[in-house]
Amino acid sequence: MARATGFDIRRQYGFTTIAAICFISLYLPVILLVVYSFNAGSSVAIWEGFSLRWYASAWANEQVQEATVRSLIIAFWAALISTSAAVLAALATTRVRPYRGYSAVFATINQPLMVPEIVTAVALLIFFAGIKVQTGYTGLGYLVIAHSAFCIPFAYLPIRARLQGMDLTLEQAASDLYASPFQVFRRITLPQLWPGILAGAMLAFVISLDDVVITEFVKSAGQDTLPTYMLGQLRRVVTPEVNAISTVLLGISVTMVIAFFFVSRIRK
Amino acid sequence: MIEISGVSKTYGTGKSRFLALDDVSVTIAQNEFFTLLGPSGCGKTTLLRVIAGFVDPTAGSVTMEGQDLLRSPPHHRPVNTVFQSYALFPHLTVRQNISFGLEMLGKPKDEIAQTVGEMMALVQMEQMADRETSQISGGQQQRVALARALAPKPKVLLLDEPLSALDFKLRKEMQIELKRLQTETGITFVFVTHDQEEALTMSDRIAVMNAGSIRQIGSPRDIYDHPAERFVADFIGDTNFLPVEVLSSEGTEAQVRLGSGQRIAARAGDGREGGGVTLAVRPEHARIVPEAEGLAAGRLSNLVYFGTDTHYHVDLDDGTRFVVRAQNNPDMFQHAAQGDRVGIAFPGGVGQVLRD
Repeated sequence: MARATGFDIRRQYGFTTIAAICFISLYLPVILLVVYSFNAGSSVAIWEGFSLRWYASAWANEQVQEATVRSLIIAFWAALISTSAAVLAALATTRVRPYRGYSAVFATINQPLMVPEIVTAVALLIFFAGIKVQTGYTGLGYLVIAHSAFCIPFAYLPIRARLQGMDLTLEQAASDLYASPFQVFRRITLPQLWPGILAGAMLAFVISLDDVVITEFVKSAGQDTLPTYMLGQLRRVVTPEVNAISTVLLGISVTMVIAFFFVSRIRK
Repeated sequence: MIEISGVSKTYGTGKSRFLALDDVSVTIAQNEFFTLLGPSGCGKTTLLRVIAGFVDPTAGSVTMEGQDLLRSPPHHRPVNTVFQSYALFPHLTVRQNISFGLEMLGKPKDEIAQTVGEMMALVQMEQMADRETSQISGGQQQRVALARALAPKPKVLLLDEPLSALDFKLRKEMQIELKRLQTETGITFVFVTHDQEEALTMSDRIAVMNAGSIRQIGSPRDIYDHPAERFVADFIGDTNFLPVEVLSSEGTEAQVRLGSGQRIAARAGDGREGGGVTLAVRPEHARIVPEAEGLAAGRLSNLVYFGTDTHYHVDLDDGTRFVVRAQNNPDMFQHAAQGDRVGIAFPGGVGQVLRD
């Protein structure tokens, strides 16, 4: 019920209609994707009854297995590296006196949010190509480094928010009680920061798991991740197997984002 | 013990430049209960934070037993702070909070356990040792903060308005408790407050601050009875200000003439003579008398009953408002009613001549 006084956007003409259209266009395609992942037939458009055969088929598909493992390995390392870097960056941008160029530093850390992904992808392709020629190394390292880099701002923002919300007098009280700067961090800052760190790491993990553009450009032959494998499949023949994999990915992402939401709300 | 000399602190530059401390010098003695008293924004907390090491002064020096404090970071200074917000570590228990400083000093385990036990007994928190700090009341948090700061046995304890968050009754109890602790432990206390009553009841000496500088330093009685200037007289207790003319001044004795033409003896301010000055008279030093017998006369405009005493508001004929405070007792002579013309009187020597 609308409140008796004050402005309520819901009373504007057309608000409900516009909101409904937005939600439908956001979620209808996803819902259709999920529904057809359970299709008994091999079409993604004609419903032929309920079945889990495409999940079974994806599960048994060796290429899917390999791509999944690869995706998880890259996402794990990318989350670990980017979160570590993000903690340091967050400390360096919150536990300092304001200085000239602070905004520039902030913008630099968040560069991946501003530079178009395709530009980064092309740049990395050329850059890594040079290194590959020089060193001959063609392992997963390139993907891990690339993913770590673009995950940093996603890990950085929740950690920085947490640090900014913390009571600085606690750190002062600790140093007043003879704790060295490192002890203050270890004993006081870190125990209160971990929900932010966990939230940042989960966000970074999901972002890495989901990436197509940079991965597609940077990967060497036979280094398909789950998203690039799916893209490759779609070019040939479309079966509900892709829907099944997507649905699982969706499930993982949604779970992590919900967990992120709750973790970042932990008070202590 | 602590010598602060010529300490200034400015924030910002250009138009937004703000002088938080303006050439402050003061010496705090061993085992003294020293209070920094002043309105909010007067610089008292900034001065405390300079001693603790959280604020670097722009100029001046701070030494402690001859050692330059400003060269040491906060964690190397032998001082501990009780913060206004208590700043208890939320992820640690009461016991872990109190032992934190000792652990950081690298004391042996059995010594830590023993000292922490003593401290919890001192502040009567033994029952709460393993509680989370969020599970105890405000008064208990205050006592834990105190125990945590006392546990490393600092030479100086800095207290930043530690009682301001407590309710009236608890505050009274803690005032007595703090004074007892200070006497028992022999630690020098530097206490910051804006509450003049707190300052008067607990301190050995008080420094009254305003706008970044110390206006007067003295014992509570000194400050109350002989304020050095109008700000101090006005900030501490209630005061009547009468325009007077100084007729003569010799040592601490002065003769002044009131607006009514009457003369009276008063305490002279340091070396000020002639011209128009102000006489400060405490309400409890004055009394209501019949109009003809008064030093000045006026109309009794208001009587305010306070239980223990009554305040008589008199509008003097020269336009100044004068308040007389009289204690209520059952056989008190009810000599005046609202609207009556009355006189006000006070003994010679109680008024203080002030520069403005």
